[in-house]
Amino acid sequence: MAVIYEKSKGLTDAELHYCPGCHHGIIHKLVAESLVELGLLDGAIGVCPVGCSVFAYNYFSCDMLEAAHGRAPAVATGVKRTHPDQAVFTYQGDGDLASIGAAEIVHAAMRGEKFTTIFVNNAIYGMTGGQMAPTTLIGQRATTCQSGRTVEQAGMPIRVAELLATLDGCVYAERVCVGDIPNLNKAKRAIKKAFTKQMNREGFTFVEVLSTCPTNWGMTPVKAIQWLKENMVPYYPLGVIKDAEAAERAEVR
Amino acid sequence: MAKELWKGNEAIAEAAIRAGCDCFFGYPITPQSEVPEYMSVHLPAAGGVFVQSESEIAAVNMVYGAAGAGMRAMTSSSSPGISLKQEGITYLAASELPCVIVNCMRGGPGLGTIQPSQGDYYQATRGGGNGDYRTLVLAPSDIQETVDFVQEAFDIADQYRNPVVILCDGLIGQMMEPIEWRPVPKRDLPPKDWAACGRHGRDHHNIINSLYLDPESCEDLNQRLTAKYAEMSEKETRWSAVNCEDAELIITAYGTPARIALSAIDALRSEGWKVGLFRPITLWPFPEAALREAAGADCVRSILDIEMSSTGQMLDDVRLAVEGRRPIRYLGHAGGVMPTVEEIAEAARAALKGEK
Repeated sequence: MAVIYEKSKGLTDAELHYCPGCHHGIIHKLVAESLVELGLLDGAIGVCPVGCSVFAYNYFSCDMLEAAHGRAPAVATGVKRTHPDQAVFTYQGDGDLASIGAAEIVHAAMRGEKFTTIFVNNAIYGMTGGQMAPTTLIGQRATTCQSGRTVEQAGMPIRVAELLATLDGCVYAERVCVGDIPNLNKAKRAIKKAFTKQMNREGFTFVEVLSTCPTNWGMTPVKAIQWLKENMVPYYPLGVIKDAEAAERAEVR
Repeated sequence: MAKELWKGNEAIAEAAIRAGCDCFFGYPITPQSEVPEYMSVHLPAAGGVFVQSESEIAAVNMVYGAAGAGMRAMTSSSSPGISLKQEGITYLAASELPCVIVNCMRGGPGLGTIQPSQGDYYQATRGGGNGDYRTLVLAPSDIQETVDFVQEAFDIADQYRNPVVILCDGLIGQMMEPIEWRPVPKRDLPPKDWAACGRHGRDHHNIINSLYLDPESCEDLNQRLTAKYAEMSEKETRWSAVNCEDAELIITAYGTPARIALSAIDALRSEGWKVGLFRPITLWPFPEAALREAAGADCVRSILDIEMSSTGQMLDDVRLAVEGRRPIRYLGHAGGVMPTVEEIAEAARAALKGEK
């Protein structure tokens, strides 16, 4: 009998705590498979955030550190600078990375820290119960903007991949989603590319993954994917935001 | 070995390198900036890692990452910067990560002054971050002690898997003194088999964490830490008692004021006043039993606590130790103003004469 599918060795057997329809589980799987396929798992060190993925240390089978809220890029800096030959990644949500940890992610990218950040953007604070995030869309309802986010009150949502791409230390930034199989495959290619560039010591690498939060959006999982495609993708365009190597090649031509 | 003239902050950095510090993460703030400056040149030359962070918050979290991955990590700052590090320090204590944190104290509150002070005693000994935790706090009173303590601090931190704070006033960081690079006691240390440094074939994954959502498991952590703190209190408490055997007045002081008090005691003794100095060297654990015994001696009539703090902070610990057995007076200066020899002598005479 042939094995046609098995759980990645990059994941433990712990039961995931994520809500039905949440994309964290899929994104965990893609990160784990990427580490295994690139032969990086045994030396890999992950840093997880405060937020819905706070328990990621129970799910990834590599060594893990739990960081204070927003500080994962600083923690990963301490890890990677002292373990330069090993794969290091942070796994962070949008409240963690784009709000309280904005300084840490910007400066890690500025320094060109050679780790990979997986940024899961679901446009809301999930763990604390659906409050407005810096990534919440205009008009989107949250428990701290119950009639919908307004520009007057909270400004326009932040596009982190584009922001970090302006920094020379950030060599790769791509935005993906996992709402269907073609996009899921693109997401995995992006994650593998980020880790490959990290191990080539090119610089800071960043993959933003648009994700659903059916529970706090108040939608079914299927409706949530549809909402993501119709509302998030137009504001947060998918694709390669920056690929420094490719840009250099273009200049040579 | 010949004595060498060193500036305090540079000596702190050099002592750390000699103690095998693998990495230093820091941010500029007066009066400690010579520590990161020195480290930026000499630590990489010794094979270590130096990063100037974007903030004190980031620096202490870089320490958390490096320490969690098994390295000897250090950061330094001065009072307002140490306030910013408190979040990281409670995570380090909770995750039981060894590291060394230097505070060259300046006057506060708020932005305060860049002059020396001892206003961070509560913050260092009570824990400025959230939750029940303790850091071991070493308070040197000259540069020789500072370099000895910095070197020993890494071993103490590793032995207990706990942050160790070197609490200096800014004067120690800024002045120059002759010191000797003498060997410090080395400890037998357990392997860091808990470190998140990559599995490399290990049959389980290591996790550095301080989250325990289940009440019982969080209390388990608290009880484990409390037992560790009790062991540290039992084994690591240090103090120095000078001329206390026949003293009618005991001066309690730490750091720079303790040195000034020693000069005052010399002057007082030559006038016939029987005055001694009790100097806590670890501020946590505080030498409570030793001070209680010294203060309880029949010859002792009064206690005089001296700090570079306007309200008196160690004063609370002195009161707890003395338990009302003797009257306690307080002489404090803040904002960078230092107590003088004559002022201390006058306060001592007044205490012994029973003057108000």
